Amino acid sequence: MIKIQELSKSFNHNLVLNNLSLNVPSGQTCVIIGRSGCGKSVLLKHIVGLLSPDSGRVLVEDREVGRLKELELVALRSKISMVFQGGALFDSMNVIENVGFSLIEHTKMSFSEISARAKESLALVGLTGIGNLMPSELSGGMKKRVALARAICIKPEIILYDEPTTGVDPITGDSIDELIRSLHDKLKVTSIVVTHDMKSAYHIADKIAMMYKGKIILEGTPEQIQSTSDPVVHQFINGLSKGPITEADGSFK
Amino acid sequence: MLTKFFIELGRRILSFMYFFGGLASLSGQTVYQALKPPYNNYRIFEQAKKAGYESLPIVSVVALFIGVIFALQFGYFMQQIGSEMYIASLVALAIVRELGPVITALIVAGRVGAANTAELGSMQVTEQIDALETLATNPIKYLVVPRFVALSLMLPLLTIYGNLIGVLGSYTICVAKLGITSSMYLHMTFSALRYKDLFTGLFKSWIFGMVIALVSCHEGFNVQGGAVGVGKATTRSVVFSFLMIIAADCFFTALFYFIFP
Ligand SMILES: Nc1ncnc2c1ncn2[C@@H]1O[C@H](COP(=O)(O)OP(=O)(O)OP(=O)(O)O)[C@@H](O)[C@H]1O
Ligand SMILES: [Mg+2]
Repeated sequence: MIKIQELSKSFNHNLVLNNLSLNVPSGQTCVIIGRSGCGKSVLLKHIVGLLSPDSGRVLVEDREVGRLKELELVALRSKISMVFQGGALFDSMNVIENVGFSLIEHTKMSFSEISARAKESLALVGLTGIGNLMPSELSGGMKKRVALARAICIKPEIILYDEPTTGVDPITGDSIDELIRSLHDKLKVTSIVVTHDMKSAYHIADKIAMMYKGKIILEGTPEQIQSTSDPVVHQFINGLSKGPITEADGSFK
Repeated sequence: MLTKFFIELGRRILSFMYFFGGLASLSGQTVYQALKPPYNNYRIFEQAKKAGYESLPIVSVVALFIGVIFALQFGYFMQQIGSEMYIASLVALAIVRELGPVITALIVAGRVGAANTAELGSMQVTEQIDALETLATNPIKYLVVPRFVALSLMLPLLTIYGNLIGVLGSYTICVAKLGITSSMYLHMTFSALRYKDLFTGLFKSWIFGMVIALVSCHEGFNVQGGAVGVGKATTRSVVFSFLMIIAADCFFTALFYFIFP
């Protein structure tokens, strides 16, 4: 269970999160949608404790992330994985070392066992035979998938995905959606997925939450979101350039 | 006009204090993480190879030239007063006490410190440092500690090596051009040097090694704003390292002057 309670965060007077609250029950997949720059990545970083809130709190399994001691934070982070928007692969290591990083650092498994686990994770994201390449030798979409493989390699209980399907071809995108679904169905992983791809959002979500002006303005099942009467959400999910969102900020006139 | 000036001055002072605060906090955490098990000797070795072994060529060339230059410069004056044989003592003292530690530190700050900042800075802007944290790995333990330990061990060793090469450079000139015999040169060198000369020189270079590691990693971690930010941070890293090396040198030279008269 992830509980986000009245979270606020600003960067140099730019209020990004404004009393934002959201609950994600265990074993569910919550998709977060919202315009570029509205603070989705910032929100995810609060959940893993990379950023600390100005006010409010994040509870993961009833423990406040911002208040954890070093060892508790390490314990929490061995249960949570995050897929960064840009991949954030370590460019001094090859693909296998990237994917198996946690196992190399935190377990006593032999390198051949780790390598097998890493290859298994890579196969799940549709990559084979690239274990010895360096991240600089991969395409953008391959980097994304390696980052995904790194996140699932530790068999986490919670995965935060920051735009997992942006920049990959539609077929791969669909197989990533299938992967997220199967982690949800088979392993009961709790997931938060940030995406701009509405089709994939409807496909994988138990719940969709729309972020606007630093708050969650609407949350509901995919059906509820699709049939909403809220004009802001309506404009966003249908991708219209005319509507209340663009009128409010004066863009695309 | 005047208020603007004071606001700017205040901002400068604050950012200066912020810098030292950050550096002090990084130093504390680095020492703590360095002492705390587990120890990763492989990563220290890797960094030691980069910082120490791969600096050997440049240190050799520079130290050799410095030795040659000093022999010639001292020779110019010492020949006029007919005391060429003291060149050996002068060069030995100048190199072991001062030039060896400082020049080696400046070379390493430019070569290794800049590389550290650029590497950590790019990791920062591409979120690799955040990724390390989410993979339950402390970036200070993983990135800073190996560099810190490697530099604080390697700089004194490089300095000893640089000292030897510098003395060799001066020896070549003195024996080949200024007509001093080889045994005379060695005798004058070793009779001038005391253990404290070597000790104070190496102590300073140990300090310089830690300064370079901490300043370069601190700048790397605090990069803001993409590739431009990495460039700026690398410049700042080298400039601050130079300043802090010279300041620390001045401080410790003065200190040793009074405690080991
Ligand atoms: N470290 C930071 N320092 C200053 N401002 C930041 C920082 N991180 C994010 N911001 C600001 O916070 C806002 C939200 O950024 P964020 O990356 O969360 O957007 P996003 O919703 O993920 O957008 P996108 O869909 O394009 O990825 C932006 O206006 C950004 O300028
Ligand atoms: Mg984002």
